[in-house]
Amino acid sequence: MFSYISCRTFSVAPAMSARTHVNYEVKEDVAVIRMNDPTSKVNTLSVQMQNEMIEVFNEVLANDAVQSAVLISSKPGCFIAGADINMIQACNTSEEVTKLSQEGQKMFARIEKSPKPIVAAINGPCLGGGLEFAIACQYRVATKSKKTVLGTPEVMLGLLPGAGGTQRLPKMVGIPGAFDMMLTGRNIRADKAKKMGLVHQLVDPLGPGLKSPEERTIEYLEEVAIQCAKGIVNKKISLTKEKGMMQKVQDYVMGIEFVRQQIYKTVTAKVMKMSKGLYPAPLKIIESVKAGLEQGPDSGYLAEAQNFGKLAMTSESNALIGLYHGQVACKKNRFGVPERPVKNLAILGAGLMGAGIAQVTVDKGIHTVLKDTTVEGLSRGQQQVYKGLNDKTKKKTITSFERDFTLASLTGQLDYSGFEKADMVIEAVFEDLNIKHRVIKEVEAVIPPHCIFATNTSALPIKDIAAASIRPEKVIGMHYFSPVDKMQLLEIITTDKTSKDTTASAVAVGLKQGKVIIVVGDGPGFYTTRCLAPMLAEAVRLLQEGVDPKKLDALTTGFGFPVGAATLADEVGIDVAAHVAEDLGKAFGSRFGGGNVEVLKTMVEKGFKGRKSGKGCYVYTPGLKSKDVNPDIEDVLEKYKLTPNPLVSSDSDVQYRLVSRFVNEAVMCLQEGILNGPVEGDIGAVFGLGFPPCLGGPFRFVDTFGANKLVEKMRRYEEVYGNHFTPCQLLLDHAKDSSKRFHK
Amino acid sequence: SQRMLKQTLFNLLKKTLAKPGVKNIVLVEGVRTPFLLSGTTYADLMPHDLARAALQGLLHKTSLPKDAVDYIIYGTVIQEVKTSNVAREASLGAGFSDKIPSHTVTMACISSNVAMTTGVGLITAGQCDTIVAGGVEFMSDVPIRHSRKMRKTMLALNRAKTLGQRLSLIGSIRMAHLTPELPAVAEFSTAETMGHSADRLAAAFGVTRLEQDEFALRSHTLAKQAQDAGLLSDVISFKVPGRDTVAKDNGIRPSSMEQLAKLKPAFIKPHGTVTAANSSFLTDGASAVLIMSEEKALAMGYKPKAYLRDFVFVSQDPKDQLLLGPAYGTPKVLARAGLTMDDIDVFEFHEAFAGQIMANLKALDSDWFAQTYMGRKVKVGAPAMEKFNLWGGSLSLGHPFGATGCRLVTTVAHRLLKEGGQYGLVAACAAGGQGHAMVIEAYPQ
Repeated sequence: MFSYISCRTFSVAPAMSARTHVNYEVKEDVAVIRMNDPTSKVNTLSVQMQNEMIEVFNEVLANDAVQSAVLISSKPGCFIAGADINMIQACNTSEEVTKLSQEGQKMFARIEKSPKPIVAAINGPCLGGGLEFAIACQYRVATKSKKTVLGTPEVMLGLLPGAGGTQRLPKMVGIPGAFDMMLTGRNIRADKAKKMGLVHQLVDPLGPGLKSPEERTIEYLEEVAIQCAKGIVNKKISLTKEKGMMQKVQDYVMGIEFVRQQIYKTVTAKVMKMSKGLYPAPLKIIESVKAGLEQGPDSGYLAEAQNFGKLAMTSESNALIGLYHGQVACKKNRFGVPERPVKNLAILGAGLMGAGIAQVTVDKGIHTVLKDTTVEGLSRGQQQVYKGLNDKTKKKTITSFERDFTLASLTGQLDYSGFEKADMVIEAVFEDLNIKHRVIKEVEAVIPPHCIFATNTSALPIKDIAAASIRPEKVIGMHYFSPVDKMQLLEIITTDKTSKDTTASAVAVGLKQGKVIIVVGDGPGFYTTRCLAPMLAEAVRLLQEGVDPKKLDALTTGFGFPVGAATLADEVGIDVAAHVAEDLGKAFGSRFGGGNVEVLKTMVEKGFKGRKSGKGCYVYTPGLKSKDVNPDIEDVLEKYKLTPNPLVSSDSDVQYRLVSRFVNEAVMCLQEGILNGPVEGDIGAVFGLGFPPCLGGPFRFVDTFGANKLVEKMRRYEEVYGNHFTPCQLLLDHAKDSSKRFHK
Repeated sequence: SQRMLKQTLFNLLKKTLAKPGVKNIVLVEGVRTPFLLSGTTYADLMPHDLARAALQGLLHKTSLPKDAVDYIIYGTVIQEVKTSNVAREASLGAGFSDKIPSHTVTMACISSNVAMTTGVGLITAGQCDTIVAGGVEFMSDVPIRHSRKMRKTMLALNRAKTLGQRLSLIGSIRMAHLTPELPAVAEFSTAETMGHSADRLAAAFGVTRLEQDEFALRSHTLAKQAQDAGLLSDVISFKVPGRDTVAKDNGIRPSSMEQLAKLKPAFIKPHGTVTAANSSFLTDGASAVLIMSEEKALAMGYKPKAYLRDFVFVSQDPKDQLLLGPAYGTPKVLARAGLTMDDIDVFEFHEAFAGQIMANLKALDSDWFAQTYMGRKVKVGAPAMEKFNLWGGSLSLGHPFGATGCRLVTTVAHRLLKEGGQYGLVAACAAGGQGHAMVIEAYPQ
């Protein structure tokens, strides 16, 4: 099977090997195979890594002094983070990708059938291809470190586990467990992985000793893994698991074809409901699992490889991978290291936003002051922070002690005491320019000269707020999204006067808070709110034209938005939407028209402010998940009723009327320099506004859909509605020249 | 070299650690009840009974008048709720004058160390001259509580006014209410049991199972030798009501390396190294010491056994450095006293786990550890084993949490007398990531 194998015993002489990624050393009769990609912080299954791995594996098999092997990473905190995405992206046809998958399958099949048992010793992320590698090994030992997570995140990139994962996982963790892992792509912590049967043994992370904790923990893991490898060889450890009663029953049930068919059906229905059929990957995962279980491993592996090839060529996968790269880019601080790190942060206003910001700050080693003007407001905010942490305690992600310890970094107060120590103040008070001016003056009287003043606003131009400041270079906008602890995006807005260090500092704080960050220029509505406003205006027009809120929601979610337009308006708040529509309407003129602002205003007058008031487009009953359309808005809509034009009112037209206005505005933001680039534009739209991830963001959408086709549609709508649909110059440029693309 | 010469001279002169303007405080006497495996002969007693026995033993041994004490302080860990100030109940029960105030302190396994140093503080401050300090632990009975739900219901029942209210409360009791709540053996802040942490500590310092078993065997062997040679003179005999008189510790069991090797790991399975045999066991016992200002002791005609000199308390991360108190405390207290490791003639370290002792010794002997975690330029070095815990230790003699500190101090005093040394060092770790170290100087005989 192997052409030539050099006869080397013990440790590989470095001179003989030009290997840089994989090496091994023989300890007694155990080969310790160590991976370390010297070019990256994480290990990936790159071509280089795979080639060297095969080489080493061949040597280990041929080495008579070796009885067993341990596979370990010498990188502290990373086993294998996954396959190398660039390897897939470098392929031009699905056949090429299928071949990649088959090579991977072949390599892992050899690992699985290895006559010398291989123990995977896992510390840090073991994801995607890394997990597939590990589950091909005979035994798995993992550290209980918080960094150790196992999972198959391929689905989030529009792909599937293409190196045997769809075939091995169902056998290892059961069909339901495997579907759960592969369809959600979620990370599984080591202790859970042990319970699921994904790993055999756990190793505790160590503290200070005679070496650094990280170094010694890996060494310890290796020692334990070597013991396991020896134990397997001398039969002290059995590889056939003693099955419990529950396991036997489950196996029996899963052995019934009818039951399996029911599972496929249920899972498919669930996927269709969640994805609206817009994401091909989950369906292909189900298909591949099914092929393996129903038609045998040959069909299964073939289906997996072919489906992997097909998925890699889909626009959805392309979009999701683009978002992944974008997200990585938006997790970096391109403004450099700030002069002084923010250690004391004060937040003004303990409302939903203020408390939310406190929630994501207080557990990051930053002392956080939460200030409000009333005891009631403050205690509501403090309770929100407590609840956020306590929920984590209930889910056992932190201990009650860690909760209390974290809360010790939060100070609630009604006055400005201690503000002389603040490094940054984030105000999250009511969206009113006069109030913001009053606050900025009050704060500037008490803070030290280096302190940054960040304003959390969703629409007010930062330069207008900064007008009241005596130190505008320290003023910056930090636009968080609600709920702050769930929404990943942070939009940072700089004015002409904002200093680079101020920006660097704001980005550093945002990154600490775990945010994906876009930094945009100042202007009414900045980037995100500005894109959303025309779409909401169109939504209001559609309501006026008689499209029922439920229908409107169905059409938007059917396009891939996670939240329907009507529901989104309720979530944002009808009053906020009215406010924004009016403000931006004034700033941008008739282009931002469409629906009548009076519709929103009338709703607000009637108390229909959205979810927070219990009524908006819908009626919200506490404790009930389902919601009915608010019957009282019919009168309002009747009053402002418009007659729809049948030429532009098909379901598809409704969708494109909403989306094209959004996209056009996004492109205009790039044209005007509000945006730094299309990557940030896509990230902002997807992570902040829920633009369909399968489309990858407005810019990728234009690339994929074709600017000319979009312009064509807009011209058609323009004829009916006028300048609301006039394409911007940059979009026209792209329509004219099909070689122009936002993403290369 | 000059430094070596200086060192030699210093050793020859054996100068005292007395400091100008600071009162000399002496240990007059120290006693303890036999330390017994919990659940054995003491099983039917209460904690204050054991403490009483120790106090009465001290009175007997010193012929101290029952009203000659200014203050009594006791340390304990797991408190019996009926005698939460066990110092008071025990001193009253031991027949001390009811005019002597007493209080109880707690600091995990160094509780009686705190009792003693509190006494030292009172004497130094000029508030007292004569202190009895001690410690007691009784693991044969521990407070097992109703569940929080049940307690809540029972307290609500107390307040219920009508029969209907009472019935509805009784009706609300479910099976889950009846699950009892045991006192936690785990660290509150980390939820990790001490044995688990000790195993991780041993692994962090690369302490092998073999090293641990060897140390455990050493402890038992030395304890047995000391017991047989009658060196454990601090042990008093105690007539247990309804049972026999107890005069010896009953946990000393020298075994063989083969026997020890057979045991499975007790906490981290299957690859851990800490076993039941290389850990200290649950123990019942009490100790007591008489501490006085030197002037007072001499005035009362006592011949003190030792001076209590510098001491430190240290604390560190309760997760990863839970049991490293001795490693942190030793260099600090040596620096305070102006001594080096070589100056110490007698070491008595609390042996919580063999792995913990070995880890501490390795930490003391590591320049890297000293530099990285203790902010020191160099290590102080590990104690010489021929001076270390020569009469057994907590692993073999037993470890009644609250009582061990006084045993350590008394043993140092007795060993200094027996071996003719000048300085002794006590060090101990405690739950919460805390630790204690104290320098003791022989009293000129």
